[in-house]
Amino acid sequence: MAAPTTRVSGRLAWPVIALAGLGLALLVLPLAGLVVRAPWAELPELLARRSVLEALVLSFGTALASTAVCLVLGVPLAAVLARAADWPTVPRRLLRAAVTVPLVLPPVVGGIALLLLLGRRGLIGSVLDDWFGVTVPFSTGAVVLAQVFVALPFLVFAVEGALRSTDRRTELAAATLGASRWQVFRFVTLPLVAPGVAAGAVLCFSRALGEFGATITFAGSLPGVTRTLPIASYLAMQSDPDEAIALALLLLAVSIGVLLGLRDRWLPGVRG
Amino acid sequence: MMPARPPSTSPPPQPAGRPALHADVTVVRGETRISAEFEVVPGHPLAIIGPNGAGKSSLLAAIAGLVPLESGRVAVGGRVLHRGVPPERRRIGVVFQDYVLFPNLTVRDNVAFATRMRHSRANARAAAEPWLERYGLVALADRLPAELSGGQAQRVALARALAAEPEVLLLDEPMSALDVEVRADMRAELATHVREFGGATVLVTHSPADAAALADSVLVLESGRVTQRGTLDELRAAPATPYVERMLSGSAE
Amino acid sequence: MPRRVVAIALAALLGGTVTACASPSDGGSPDGSPSAAAGSTTTAAAGATTVTVFAAASLTEAFDELATRFEQEHPTADIVINYGGSAALARQVVEGAPADVFASAAEEPMRTLVDAGLAASPVVFATNTLQLVVPAGNPADVAGLDDLGRPELTVALCDESVPCGAASAELLERQSVTAVPDTLESDVRAVLTKVSLGEVDAGLVYRTDVLAAGDAVEGIEVTGAAFVVNRYPIAVLTDAAAAQFATDFVEFIAGAEGRAVMAEAGFGAP
Repeated sequence: MAAPTTRVSGRLAWPVIALAGLGLALLVLPLAGLVVRAPWAELPELLARRSVLEALVLSFGTALASTAVCLVLGVPLAAVLARAADWPTVPRRLLRAAVTVPLVLPPVVGGIALLLLLGRRGLIGSVLDDWFGVTVPFSTGAVVLAQVFVALPFLVFAVEGALRSTDRRTELAAATLGASRWQVFRFVTLPLVAPGVAAGAVLCFSRALGEFGATITFAGSLPGVTRTLPIASYLAMQSDPDEAIALALLLLAVSIGVLLGLRDRWLPGVRG
Repeated sequence: MMPARPPSTSPPPQPAGRPALHADVTVVRGETRISAEFEVVPGHPLAIIGPNGAGKSSLLAAIAGLVPLESGRVAVGGRVLHRGVPPERRRIGVVFQDYVLFPNLTVRDNVAFATRMRHSRANARAAAEPWLERYGLVALADRLPAELSGGQAQRVALARALAAEPEVLLLDEPMSALDVEVRADMRAELATHVREFGGATVLVTHSPADAAALADSVLVLESGRVTQRGTLDELRAAPATPYVERMLSGSAE
Repeated sequence: MPRRVVAIALAALLGGTVTACASPSDGGSPDGSPSAAAGSTTTAAAGATTVTVFAAASLTEAFDELATRFEQEHPTADIVINYGGSAALARQVVEGAPADVFASAAEEPMRTLVDAGLAASPVVFATNTLQLVVPAGNPADVAGLDDLGRPELTVALCDESVPCGAASAELLERQSVTAVPDTLESDVRAVLTKVSLGEVDAGLVYRTDVLAAGDAVEGIEVTGAAFVVNRYPIAVLTDAAAAQFATDFVEFIAGAEGRAVMAEAGFGAP
């Protein structure tokens, strides 16, 4: 019976267990409700609808594109942020705050801010419009920008964590072996943080895929151009709840797929 | 012993014509200002010895260009390495304390790293072969650093540094990461390799036994200042500070 | 090693998603949600009875004014209004949102509630028609409905799933205009906002929205608009907790004072 174990089990107080159960129910039951009320019989027909397929293709395309942008911009930003540990306090905190803000900001605010910056009357947008005739809002590019705005911090923090846990002396060693700064980054730093980059990219992708508030505010909602899965789901809720539920199921399935993909590698606690 | 190979993978060059290292440097690390002036000629390694925190490693890092000089200069032969010369253009090889191998690269790719920075991957791997043979690493070539013993890792670190064909070799506490039982053997082996390298060599240690086996002369650094220099015998004859006296009378380690 | 950070990022990810989903539906109800959550008849500090009104977004200015006047006449009543898209509000009521009065921008959402037995005998209290709306100064020289088909213009319309979108589609079809919209918004106020920010050149909104937006926009009457009339019904909900005040409020809206305020806001008579 008494197998040697270091764990203490069965010692939690009842209120703790009860509240934990309530918390769990709060997390799981809404999803269960979604699954139960889903129109399973009509699901193939609903998912094959042009409006659904358009939103699906657009969502995957834009989420992939914004993940790529996040990789190109976010990995260097993470490198700077990790190095900022040596900086004076004020600029270091400002930099960290700037990267953190989109995490805590309601996405709608991000969308408004993007509109005021890049809209036709915006700070930069007016210049783009006057000089180059380029308008950013209401385009697929605007969807990608909105997604990058909300998803970039996920990538940056995942990569920064990986960078901080690497031994900086490996970079110094590479320099003494003739590697230029760029070569150090390319051949030493990047391979060492590759798992963090991969985890960050997956988180980034799923955040981009679920992005709603900033997108509808900044990019609008036009089928095939800017109407992504979450927006299509929200609008369908007004007129065709079955289609909305089908779209929601689709998003749920993708999210679970991401979780499973991450499971063993990089997510603590999911392994159990 | 050495099979014929293309020119780029020729055997390690001979000591002839290697430049001397001249260092007259001041670095600041935290509260401590570290100053030392010395010259090392090829074939006559210098050991910098001193208690923990004396600034020995900072001194080496400054010579390698890894930390900025407060003042002074470093010269290798006729080349003056002022502040602007980055580590990758100094041709100064470093064997770091606990070796700092690239954990994601095999032994072969660690040794090939310096060549890889200048040539293609295939060329670099070919160029690594003579170094792997010379340091007895052929059987370990496909292992990752985590799968190596301390002594093996030291060999890889040395081969990796020398494969870059440096003019000067710096060794930072090379024995400290090894188990006590293997230190004597590895010390002898390292001494052989350092002799074969033949260029100007500086060793940082806190062990008189390392200094005795690997270096011809000794420079004692205490709290950032040089307190004595000479051969170990000269130090023994007239220890200049209580630290020198304690160090030499204490156990070898 | 990067685990902790990834965990934090994941937590934030999930949090962020929730925020994203919650914001649009909360957007129209800064005042409505707390009391709606607490139940429809809470007794406030002053001893007032709360009357929760779910109203179409286009009614915002008129109903704010009318609520104030009603509260002056009935000191113990506290009118709390949750503005939003009519269809979304109707759906919330069907799903059990506690409301006493529903005022819709079209008859279809009200019919949903009547069919579900949640509302009885709705009264049409106002009508509304569409207008072209352009930013102040009309930078794109929009003159009529036909301009909505100019591909170089940035055009915003309501999505067809909401009343203003259905009305817009009907009007465009009636006038045989093929619009080239750049975005189909989820409610009329989103169209208006994008016009007043100058981000779109033209949109179709209710004439009352043009009035409400003030100097930031200009309205342009369009041919045929008079034939596409949105009728606004209002009804007391059958589950109303504050039934008496709710009935009084509906009568007040449909009465002389209500009509005067609605007319001032640009609504047509029923």
